[in-house]
Amino acid sequence: MSSLSRDDVAKLAGLARIEMSEEELVNLSKEFTVILDAVARVQEVAGADVEATSHPLPLRNVFRPDVVVPSLTPEEALSGAPAQEEQRFRVPQILGEE
Amino acid sequence: MIRNSASEMAAKLAAGETTSVVLTQAHLDRIAAVDTDVHAFLYVDTEGALAQAAAVDAKRAKGEKLSPLAGVPLALKDVMAQKGIPTTCGSKILEGWRPPYDSTVVANLKKNDIVILGKTNMDEFAMGSSTENSAYGPTHNPWDLTRIPGGSGGGSSAALAAFEAPLAIGTDTGGSIRQPAAVTGTVGVKPTYGGVSRYGLVAFSSSLDQAGPCARTVLDAALLHEAIAGHDPKDATSINAPVPQVVTAAKSGDVKGMKIGVVKELNGDGYQPGVRARFEESLELLAKAGAEIVEVSAPNFEYALAAYYLIAPSECSSNLARFDAMRYGLRVGDIDGASAESVMNLTREVGFGKEVKRRIILGTYALSSGYYDAYYGSAQKVRTLITQDFTKAFERADVLVSPTCPTTAFKIGEKANDPLAMYLNDIATIPVNMAGIGGMSLPSGLADEDGLPVGFQIMSPVMKDERMYSVGAALEAALLSKWGAPLLDKAPIMGGVR
Repeated sequence: MSSLSRDDVAKLAGLARIEMSEEELVNLSKEFTVILDAVARVQEVAGADVEATSHPLPLRNVFRPDVVVPSLTPEEALSGAPAQEEQRFRVPQILGEE
Repeated sequence: MIRNSASEMAAKLAAGETTSVVLTQAHLDRIAAVDTDVHAFLYVDTEGALAQAAAVDAKRAKGEKLSPLAGVPLALKDVMAQKGIPTTCGSKILEGWRPPYDSTVVANLKKNDIVILGKTNMDEFAMGSSTENSAYGPTHNPWDLTRIPGGSGGGSSAALAAFEAPLAIGTDTGGSIRQPAAVTGTVGVKPTYGGVSRYGLVAFSSSLDQAGPCARTVLDAALLHEAIAGHDPKDATSINAPVPQVVTAAKSGDVKGMKIGVVKELNGDGYQPGVRARFEESLELLAKAGAEIVEVSAPNFEYALAAYYLIAPSECSSNLARFDAMRYGLRVGDIDGASAESVMNLTREVGFGKEVKRRIILGTYALSSGYYDAYYGSAQKVRTLITQDFTKAFERADVLVSPTCPTTAFKIGEKANDPLAMYLNDIATIPVNMAGIGGMSLPSGLADEDGLPVGFQIMSPVMKDERMYSVGAALEAALLSKWGAPLLDKAPIMGGVR
């Protein structure tokens, strides 16, 4: 039986960059015990001899001619920005102070 | 006039019996009259729709050659980017976002002069089977307002069933076009994967997502299918081949000599008696129309649901990483000295709903090192087995059929706290997405026990979409002559307009 502890969920939430309340962490950990049991069924038939399918179409390296076509103006590209400065996206601090 | 099919409306426009402005205004009036109850729309673009309608009327007055659906109104699922029009995907994280570009589907609609009335409600980022996961409140089924209209495209299906629009666009990742069609007594088609461009369709699960037509008749769906389909250099997974002749197929509706395969595993236990009765009756009608009914087996379909709930969350956890509060959408906690990481964490906490978080965490787990092979890797192998089952079945039959869903529309709130019970809704629709083939749902009548619509699903091989339209049109014609009137005539009349 697969299960995820409250701490496992907290670690995954950190990786997925989602802040979670204690209540959410506990609830999700309970739900995942049930959900993981159900989805683990795939292991019953996934033998070593079966190839994996990642995509329904047998496409590889799709190219188009390298022609310049119109694209968004800076104003259009920035139109949904939560904050902007000098025609750039203004983002919170990325690097530490040191 | 709003109860006409889209092709009837198009014929009236072509004959000069009405104008697109009149037709569009009639639908806007209808929306104003009933949408407080139905809540199919998240945004109604009154001004834009009327301007587009006036432009088509002007072209027609000048004698320009127009496309078959020119001037007919349509409802657009809110997962499709439309330039300058709010596009939320049913999520708070995109509240107020107005895309600076058109999706290819929208560009094709505009090219065909199809009038876009507004954006329809959906489960957040198309994750759900009931439209209850919309951050903006649920949509109600016009057959019974206490019930779900299906999901994720419940806004589009409800808009059709409530006569708020004769055409709609949906997207189908595991059944989000077909299941809403089934529970509202409307028609919905998921084309072959790659048949309609995904450019500008906000991605949930890229290897499964496919946009398609929703309508009240098979012919209307075919006309819309041809309008939006075709190769698009902006989508690397778009198929570079001629569009299947779906309109011709829908017009002929000829099934003589066709072999129709009943999938043994997609029926029986767990399917409501009324669903099974309507399915059997449809099979008899198709046999009478000249088709040969055979039984086929797809033993690996029983693993499809489990594989889907690993593959779709895995792809979603990756796709939804783009909602990072940096370039567009919601930003929370951007106070002096706050780090980018804490802003992301807080924004995604507030911006995403419960089901979306559940799937992102599940996908993050399934893709994490140490578990990848056991979960995501195994699910991809199941995908191969399902595709092989389809290949074998299509050696014995031209199309495959099943009920679209195990049950009719359930009550709003009934399954909201049981994710697994909710996921079971999609048991018959998911295999189609896994293999990338085409699937259609059309109404097959009402279940005796609850008087609610039942859907009949037709599945066709890759790029043989015309086959499901032939079978769909044949069944629709046979049912119509049996009923004497369209099924939606039996739905409650809303807003006092007939």
